[in-house]
Amino acid sequence: MRVRRLTAALAALGLVALAACSSEAGDTEGSDPSVEVPEEVEFEEGTTMAELAEDGAMTVGTKFDQPGFGLISPSDVPEGFDVEIAKIIAANLGIAAEDIEWVETVSANREPFLEQGRVDMVVATYTINDDRKEIIDFAGPYYVAGQDIMVEAGNPLGVEGPESFTDIRVCSVNGSTPAGFVQENYPDADLTLFAEYSLCAEALKNGQVDAVTTDNVILTSFVSQDPDAFELIGNPFTEEPYGIGVPKGDDEFRSFINDVLEESFEDGSWEAAWDATAGAITDTPAPEPPSVDRY
Amino acid sequence: MQALLANFDALWSGFLTTLAMSVAAAIVATVLGTVLAAFRVSPIPPLRAFGAIYVQLVRNTPLTAVFFLVIFGLPAVDVTFQSFFIAAVVALSVYTAAFVCEVIRSGINSVSAGQAEAARAIGLTFGQSLREVVLPQAFRTVVPPLGNLWIALVKNSAIAGGAFAVADLTQLAANLARDNPAEVLGVFGGIALAYMVITVPSGIAVGIIERRTAILR
Repeated sequence: MRVRRLTAALAALGLVALAACSSEAGDTEGSDPSVEVPEEVEFEEGTTMAELAEDGAMTVGTKFDQPGFGLISPSDVPEGFDVEIAKIIAANLGIAAEDIEWVETVSANREPFLEQGRVDMVVATYTINDDRKEIIDFAGPYYVAGQDIMVEAGNPLGVEGPESFTDIRVCSVNGSTPAGFVQENYPDADLTLFAEYSLCAEALKNGQVDAVTTDNVILTSFVSQDPDAFELIGNPFTEEPYGIGVPKGDDEFRSFINDVLEESFEDGSWEAAWDATAGAITDTPAPEPPSVDRY
Repeated sequence: MQALLANFDALWSGFLTTLAMSVAAAIVATVLGTVLAAFRVSPIPPLRAFGAIYVQLVRNTPLTAVFFLVIFGLPAVDVTFQSFFIAAVVALSVYTAAFVCEVIRSGINSVSAGQAEAARAIGLTFGQSLREVVLPQAFRTVVPPLGNLWIALVKNSAIAGGAFAVADLTQLAANLARDNPAEVLGVFGGIALAYMVITVPSGIAVGIIERRTAILR
């Protein structure tokens, strides 16, 4: 019992800290592809959808530091593709964008937040994998990224792919899936791990590392911000299907989200979300929507 | 906890990195802090001013910002370090030295003025009287606050691993949490314990040193 009380106290502490961090939902101006919110929505009694629709509000975990996917500017709401996808799902529950409470989730706290009910769902460049599926469930994917490599413009070291990791100093983010890929497959690699990809980019600029590796969408945004300094190898070597995390066992909610995603693939709202966010930053057209995995 | 036991080699290596980084920074910070304290009580005004400005600047800068300046700011003026580990030791030392300086200065102030006057009266220079008479007594008085600084330093070193590319306990925690999503709380709890393996015995040792070196006045 003592242990449980301690856990509860710790959780409460985290809650307070997060409440302090989460910003008030403000105005959502800018290039927002506005999603229509239906007046009346009907769901079966007792489902998560019915509860959320009843409340007229929901809590969404997303990243606050990923350009194009979920990025927050001081005293503002997050913007990006993940954020737009969450808004589409909320709209189908009859919840307006300003009634969503955004909670920052970093790679390490996404599962605990879902387990503890801190968030109703997580849309946070969240790669679907089997380890995670044991604790939570995934709707989607709604996007498939791939791990790629960014080097100094001109590629002076002739980096071609992950084989080069054994000869160069490569940088990624602490606790991220791409870092795990390098640690697992190239244990001898000289791997430098920072807290954020922007620090890796800075280190690459200073010549403190030779390459940065992570999902191509993240790298593309760095290259487009500073094409004189960086270059993308453009040879993705993994598949990172981004899914929407929901609490384990809530199959109704999961298949509801899958329905919404498929509908958004069809009616163009998914493409509009891409064009307004990640597509605008990286100057790339929307890819073919992936097919939803109803496991 | 299983995740930590299964990766004991990595845990041990992270532990040693944290310990080495902290010990190195503690040594540099103590030396630098003592010199700064000497500056602050010296009879030469420019040295006094330098000490005061250093303390105010560094003490009021967040440690993360100090790390950022050392790792990404200094290369801009062509000062680079061989490894991120060394850069982290520099950042921690520079930061902690400001606090060490103030602790030691308070110790110097606790030594009665008559001691320094007597030392000067028998012909010792300012430097000699500080070294031979004042500082030995000052250090004995400030053992507990120096112990506090050491414990704070060990925990501050987590910034090096969590954010700035040193493969210490905190960096390991993030990577183990990724590989064991079911044990996130256990992983971070275990890593916290590993820090306590350093800090708790340190606290006890500080208590013993305090009793052994106490001055009866």
